[in-house]
Amino acid sequence: MTRRLPKKDVAIIGLGWTGSIMALELAKAGLDVVAIERGPWRDTASDFSITTAPDELRYAIRKEMFLRPKQETLTMRNKLDQTALPIRQFGSFLPPNGVGGGGMHWNGQTWRFLPDDFRIRSHTIERYGAAFLPENNFIQDWPMSYAELEPFYDRFEKVLGVSGQAGNLRGQIQPGGNPLEGERSDHYPTPPMKQGYSQSLFTKAATDMGLHPFPRPSANLSEGYTNPYGVRMAPCTYCGFCEWFGCANYSKSSPQTCVLPALMRYSNFECRTDSEVTKVNLSADGKRATGVTFVDSERTEWEQPADIVLICAFSFFNVRLMLLSGIGKPYDPASGEGVVGRNYAYQVGAGAVGHFGPGFNFNPFAGAGSLGAALDNFNSDNFDHGPHGFVGGASITNAYTNGRPISYHPVPPGTPGWGAKWKRAVHETYNSTTNVGAQGSVMSYRDSYLDLDPTYKDPLGRPLLRMTFDYHPNEQKMANFMMQRSGEIVRAMGAKQVSTNALRVPYTVVPYQTTHNTGGAVIGDDPKTSALNRYGQSWDVPNVFVTGASSFPQNAGYNPTGTVGALCYWTLDAIKSQYLKSETPLVQL
Amino acid sequence: MRRVTGLAIGLLLLGGTGARADLDSYVQVEKGRYLAVVGDCQACHASAKGPLAGGRAIETPFGNINAANLTPDRDTGLGRWSAEDFWHALHDGHSVTDGHLYPAFPYNYYTKVSRADSDALFAFLRSVEPVSNPVDRNTLPWPFSMRASMVAWNAVNFTPSAFQSDPNRSAEYNRGAYLVEGLGHCGACHTPMNLIGGPKDSQHLQGNSIQNWVAPNLTNDSQAGLGSWSVDDVVQYLQTGRTLHAAAAGPMGEVIAVSTSKMTMPDLHAMATYLKERGAAGPASPAPLPKSDGQMAAGETVYIDNCSACHARNGMGVPDLFPALAGAPSVRQVDPGTTIRVIIAGAQVVSTPAAPTAPAMPSFGWHLSDAQVADVVTYLRNSWGNAAQAVSASQVADVRRVVAAPGK
Amino acid sequence: MENPTRRQLLATTAAIGTAALAGTPTQARVISGALPWSPNESYPPTLVRPGPWQFFTAEEAAVVEAIADRLIPADELGAGGKDAGCAVFIDRQLMGPYGSNEWLYMEPPFVPDAAANFGIQSPVAPARRYRDGLAALAAHTRQAFSGRLFHQLDAEDQDRVLTGLEKGDIKIPDGKAFFNQVQSNVVEGYFADPIYGGNKDMCGWKLVGFPGVRYDYRDVIDNPNKPYTLPPVSLMGRSTKAAAR
Repeated sequence: MTRRLPKKDVAIIGLGWTGSIMALELAKAGLDVVAIERGPWRDTASDFSITTAPDELRYAIRKEMFLRPKQETLTMRNKLDQTALPIRQFGSFLPPNGVGGGGMHWNGQTWRFLPDDFRIRSHTIERYGAAFLPENNFIQDWPMSYAELEPFYDRFEKVLGVSGQAGNLRGQIQPGGNPLEGERSDHYPTPPMKQGYSQSLFTKAATDMGLHPFPRPSANLSEGYTNPYGVRMAPCTYCGFCEWFGCANYSKSSPQTCVLPALMRYSNFECRTDSEVTKVNLSADGKRATGVTFVDSERTEWEQPADIVLICAFSFFNVRLMLLSGIGKPYDPASGEGVVGRNYAYQVGAGAVGHFGPGFNFNPFAGAGSLGAALDNFNSDNFDHGPHGFVGGASITNAYTNGRPISYHPVPPGTPGWGAKWKRAVHETYNSTTNVGAQGSVMSYRDSYLDLDPTYKDPLGRPLLRMTFDYHPNEQKMANFMMQRSGEIVRAMGAKQVSTNALRVPYTVVPYQTTHNTGGAVIGDDPKTSALNRYGQSWDVPNVFVTGASSFPQNAGYNPTGTVGALCYWTLDAIKSQYLKSETPLVQL
Repeated sequence: MRRVTGLAIGLLLLGGTGARADLDSYVQVEKGRYLAVVGDCQACHASAKGPLAGGRAIETPFGNINAANLTPDRDTGLGRWSAEDFWHALHDGHSVTDGHLYPAFPYNYYTKVSRADSDALFAFLRSVEPVSNPVDRNTLPWPFSMRASMVAWNAVNFTPSAFQSDPNRSAEYNRGAYLVEGLGHCGACHTPMNLIGGPKDSQHLQGNSIQNWVAPNLTNDSQAGLGSWSVDDVVQYLQTGRTLHAAAAGPMGEVIAVSTSKMTMPDLHAMATYLKERGAAGPASPAPLPKSDGQMAAGETVYIDNCSACHARNGMGVPDLFPALAGAPSVRQVDPGTTIRVIIAGAQVVSTPAAPTAPAMPSFGWHLSDAQVADVVTYLRNSWGNAAQAVSASQVADVRRVVAAPGK
Repeated sequence: MENPTRRQLLATTAAIGTAALAGTPTQARVISGALPWSPNESYPPTLVRPGPWQFFTAEEAAVVEAIADRLIPADELGAGGKDAGCAVFIDRQLMGPYGSNEWLYMEPPFVPDAAANFGIQSPVAPARRYRDGLAALAAHTRQAFSGRLFHQLDAEDQDRVLTGLEKGDIKIPDGKAFFNQVQSNVVEGYFADPIYGGNKDMCGWKLVGFPGVRYDYRDVIDNPNKPYTLPPVSLMGRSTKAAAR
């Protein structure tokens, strides 16, 4: 029997980056807010203290901070004519779980998409012609421009304290920054991180090649910083336990280090952990959310009535909840109709490893999640795509996030996989290897989408989300191009031997690639091709707003979090200045 | 004050001869509300039933005493009291309901509160919602159950007295003294005690150990007191819970959260001025242990491996986040108990509106042995210009026994 | 008469709603009003102490130790897989949730011969894989080497057997999967924190120059391309002798 709780003004599903920002700002505005998080409470001193956090086996190999597939997973198939099988062990991507979400254990790479990324469809047609677009693509312009989103990027960066060097400040190109970035209204809140030895080689080599390297914008802070919420952070100490780990010394931006201390002071905010929202409840006509239903750790069912429901879970789970709750028409690739599940995209990874031989001390263990030197010369439409026949681009970076030996023990090509020679090669190569990697865009396609699986279910008996996805020829060409550019750079850095890492095709769920899963509940100007309007408001259920990378019409050549944060403040602005007064659809057609 | 004036005008506009009396009582109640914050009444008198409803057991080494219900309930609170009765409780340590009060209620400090302030406090207490909460006020075991025994205690430790302004000092200094020595009752924790639990007046505000929290020396002493702090540092600490060298956790954290962070800046400045200007008294500074000392070398290893990522190799920490250990009085107290317990059990810094972060020192208890804790504490106490007595493994074991027990 | 201690009062702030309700890590909690905190709250891993085998039989353990010693042989660079404690590490891991695939999605239907890019689709958990694989390996070596077990062979024969498993030339069921399982666990055991039973005396970390759980490398960034000279540190300290009381 479902027990009914007293009504709240706002129910937030998931207490990650966007959930905690929404909660803080709406609690500040005087609303009664509850956040329901299916994972546990987590905080620095208890869960990632300096005495327990630096443990590669526990957190990087056994993946303790992440969602366990047993609780929820997806099924995957590459093509429409295949049967999807469950991802029984997460590999390619690692969905988060718990308070802080992915923002608790991310690397901290905080980018803004480039201005052309926001209108990649129109721009590509203008410059290269409509025929240049890849076959079966669903590429869409975003429903806002970079310039409109710029103040919100700025706000998010200031909450995080992002460390970087402005490259284009109000139209003026600044030395040391990224000259190809979109125009910024303000500097980064803290100066760029001090770079490591490997980054200095990359910077010199790339500059000599006529490219424009710059320090990668980082949410591992370069100095002590107090954000606009009054919350204070420490400088990063390059511990090399960044991605997949909580930060033990308050130097990685996360909901824990940037938002929760201010949020938890509000008595009109309540957090319920280890409680899973199973459904957004709708009125009889399906046009209004009445609240959510959730189960606690004893599987007791509760109903939480609310006037506004904010779906702020990880991208996949936003889409799944909408499908399970009947919010928006599910996408059907056969007919091409429907919007929920449409425009799923991912990220391309390709690169080159350089072996430098004896006499080098790269010291990879002295790393940080966003430490790196990057360049955008091959990103977005910053170069002439005409001769190459693909759309999209990649940021190219030399980075050291870590040197943790279970995963990182490189050997030169041709080394046996085990035995005495392997052991000697491991000993000699660890400190003399570095790599240059490309992180590239993925376009959206008619046959890359999410829906509910017909066979496999979760422990509560509900269908798992099914992913249909593969890398299309466009992405394969682009990855190959980037792999070659990466190889050129690492050779120019002085590598004696270079091995390249190609994009794995067909898409495989096995080795880790990236957790930049985008789309499925995209924003747009047309309800036929988007689930949400430009403010992240459901076209169908106006008191439901959805945040996260599920909003992206397609993915660009960067990590998504910066844009997720900017969109969150953009949506929040619309809720506070418009929706709270009108309680109506914010976009009239 | 602007707020009061606005409301005063509002009340006057409501008209009628009653408005004047309402204004006076409104002003008095608001003054009393503020004084209740200064006196931190909530710290003892709050419970699940309400912020002043009493009933909470206050631990003393002689047993537990339940705090009184201060709400104006006629049967279980102060509903039948007069302002004169309240004055006698505050000033003389005598309750018209219960007889002699035990100095768990620090009447030996509150005696300095002026009659006007006492009346304002009482006016505030009369204005809160009455809560019915019967409290058993006689729970101490015999012979302490005999309240008449307080006569003897008072004879040794207490004389009712009024606050005396010092004409040779500034108005600000005197205000600070009035607050510190009266409602602030800082000495109740920060002054060492004699065998019967009374304050050792000769060592007033020179620091005290209460169950392995060390309330530090508050004189202007340079080794263990506020000597290296400016007046502004003291104000910042009381208002936000942190300075370069200190981050309030534990009992003082709560005092800051509930009381001092809500006081006015002039009052905080006055208290700071008084504490800084009333003189210095403290332990002699020993010579710092040399780096070659066995404990120092071992402690440095522990420090580099465990502590430097937050407190930095040079002991300077991160301002307003991780306290600087270099030059920190808390690390130089004669009793190293606070430093030891914070390492073993961890500690959460207080969250205040001005500084909400509340970072927490993790618990190292599972990770460091008694010897390692002793070595690193000795290292902290004798590095970067600090000098204080070395610490032994058995001292650490004693603290660990208390703070690392389950349920602590 | 001692004045009241504040310590006791800390615990009771929960009464006025400023701290979290207590709960086990997986129990639903309601949190409002303050960042929850409790003293002594940390969740270290359980220290693996040497002792009798918990998962392996004595024979199985001898075989796993011998395999570890060929995958990572003892030489002048440091201990081999056996002395590093890899078999101890694996033994304890198999007793826990890793061994039984407790965290994985193990609902049917299973399609074990699915293409590799679909990932694990077999219901066989690591514990089962060791049990079955070691039994099959024992059957093979008894048959091929006159009744001897793997650890009784000479090094050359051992290497030949491992290569055969690795490439699938030795026809034992799921031989490749078994080899891959053992190899990845041996590497884990060699490089994981010694608290888990392997990487004895941090031999794995010393092999590559990984300083362990250290958390402050600002001096490395400030001194580029210089060798790092401080010894490695593990969760239990600089020495692998148990440091806690």
